[in-house]
Amino acid sequence: MLQITGLTHSYADGHLALDGLDLTVPDGELVSIVGPSGCGKSTLLRCTAGLIRPTGGRLTLNGAPIGGVPDDLAVVFQDYSRSLFPWLTVRDNVALPLRRRGKSRAERRAAAQEALESVGLPDAGRKYPWQLSGGMQQRVSIARALAYRPSLMLMDEPFGSVDAQTREDLEDLVLQVHRNEKMTILLVTHDIDESVYVGDRVVVLNRSPARVHADLPVSLPAVRDQIGTRSDPEFVRLRAEVGRLVRGGAKVAGAAPADADRGT
Amino acid sequence: MTHESAPPRGLSRPGKWARGAAGVAILFLASEILGRAGVVDRSYLPPASSITARAFELAGDPDFLFNVRVTLTAWALGLLIATAIAVPLGLLFGSVPAVNTAVRAIVEFLRPIPSVALIPLAALLLGSGLKMEVPLVVYASSWPILFNTVYGLDDVDPTAKDTLRSFGFSRFQVLLRVSLPSAAPFIATGVRLAASIALILAVGTEILSGFGDGLGMFIAQAGNVPGGTLDVLAGTVWAGCLGLLIDMLLGQGENRVFRWHKAQRSGAS
Ligand SMILES: Nc1ncnc2c1ncn2[C@@H]1O[C@H](COP(=O)(O)OP(=O)(O)OP(=O)(O)O)[C@@H](O)[C@H]1O
Ligand SMILES: [Mg+2]
Repeated sequence: MLQITGLTHSYADGHLALDGLDLTVPDGELVSIVGPSGCGKSTLLRCTAGLIRPTGGRLTLNGAPIGGVPDDLAVVFQDYSRSLFPWLTVRDNVALPLRRRGKSRAERRAAAQEALESVGLPDAGRKYPWQLSGGMQQRVSIARALAYRPSLMLMDEPFGSVDAQTREDLEDLVLQVHRNEKMTILLVTHDIDESVYVGDRVVVLNRSPARVHADLPVSLPAVRDQIGTRSDPEFVRLRAEVGRLVRGGAKVAGAAPADADRGT
Repeated sequence: MTHESAPPRGLSRPGKWARGAAGVAILFLASEILGRAGVVDRSYLPPASSITARAFELAGDPDFLFNVRVTLTAWALGLLIATAIAVPLGLLFGSVPAVNTAVRAIVEFLRPIPSVALIPLAALLLGSGLKMEVPLVVYASSWPILFNTVYGLDDVDPTAKDTLRSFGFSRFQVLLRVSLPSAAPFIATGVRLAASIALILAVGTEILSGFGDGLGMFIAQAGNVPGGTLDVLAGTVWAGCLGLLIDMLLGQGENRVFRWHKAQRSGAS
């Protein structure tokens, strides 16, 4: 279980990015995080990853405070192209973290190839990251995180640069891995439909400095499909609700407020 | 995001070669005309054709070749030791800020001393031959390697470091697997600069040290013989050619090994 209480962070220049954020994520849950640009989503993920030390608040993972980088973690960075190593081939980029898993060279390569195939890049292994398009680079960084089989995965706008069709495939891939491996996943997205489609829960953050504005459970069946789920009345209701909250709408439990965008 | 190769900066490769060759040809002609026309005394400036002929002759002279080998040995040994010392030191300075500030003062004091000025001191303390030549070469060529290593580490993308750190790699592992390869192109440039400096120091030390062997010694001794100008100039041409050759080889090696660096820089990111 990941427990975040009163998380506050102000950067060295004095900019307050997080202000008393509370969030509890049980093991094996996929939480979608949405919020306006610049509100502090990446900062939240960096604190959770132990990459920056927050100026206030507490973070614990399974009861132990997060001091450094937690064990068994993988992060898909928003700056995916800068997080790939240009001196390594795509396959070696994906295989490198697996050294921490004590796998042999052959096992690492096989796992990397398998992960690349799962994101639709079976032939990219021998290329270098800079020989790929932005969307392909993004998929490599997803493949690298998936190949690692972490118990906690943090994804920062992981599908921002891919086409609509690939995006749907990747959403389904993440859902499948999440179900099969019982991974805990925090997924930041700007896409409201996506937040509902992949999430067990959608957390809406405030405009900067970030705090949890709303926390909505997604009561859709665990097994989802792109066509059926998106026409489910519950899906339609939730996406309208999340949309309203992201635009700064007030938290209203149950009753539908007379908002224009609820008119579906 | 495009990943085409960069538009050629300045001249294309053949263009560069053509202009370089033209420059050499003009210089050659000028010296030839000056020499032959008797504008300058022949014993001061022999015509270029005589110098070139003598230089070719020397290439078959075992005595001269032995001297070249001595110089190249000092050069290679010095450069190798300098790299072995300066890269780890640079990694230490560049990754531990406390060490960096502590040694900065020492570095700033030592750096402005021209290495050539140390030759008499080294000769006094270390005698002659490789024993004194190599330490001088090491001293002089360590600086560019050291500075380029520190500078290269400054330039490492924090996201790249965070990536490996987030997978649970230790700081030392991140240094070896991200910072070092990422800074490697800068380090290689430092080594290439150091290679030129090392050659200057090797030849210069030999010229000034008074006795021993080496290309510099050959030049110095030729200068003491009446009518030795031709040998002095032919030896100097060899020193220049060696420098050019070394620089070219290292430059090509850099381009090949660090193809990713250029390609990435020219990409859109
Ligand atoms: N290193 C930094 N130093 C100072 N301020 C920073 C730094 N990084 C981020 N900020 C500021 O903190 C705030 C939150 O940044 P953060 O990157 O977490 O936002 P975000 O929600 O991820 O935005 P986006 O959706 O655009 O990715 C922003 O206002 C940003 O300007
Ligand atoms: Mg962000």
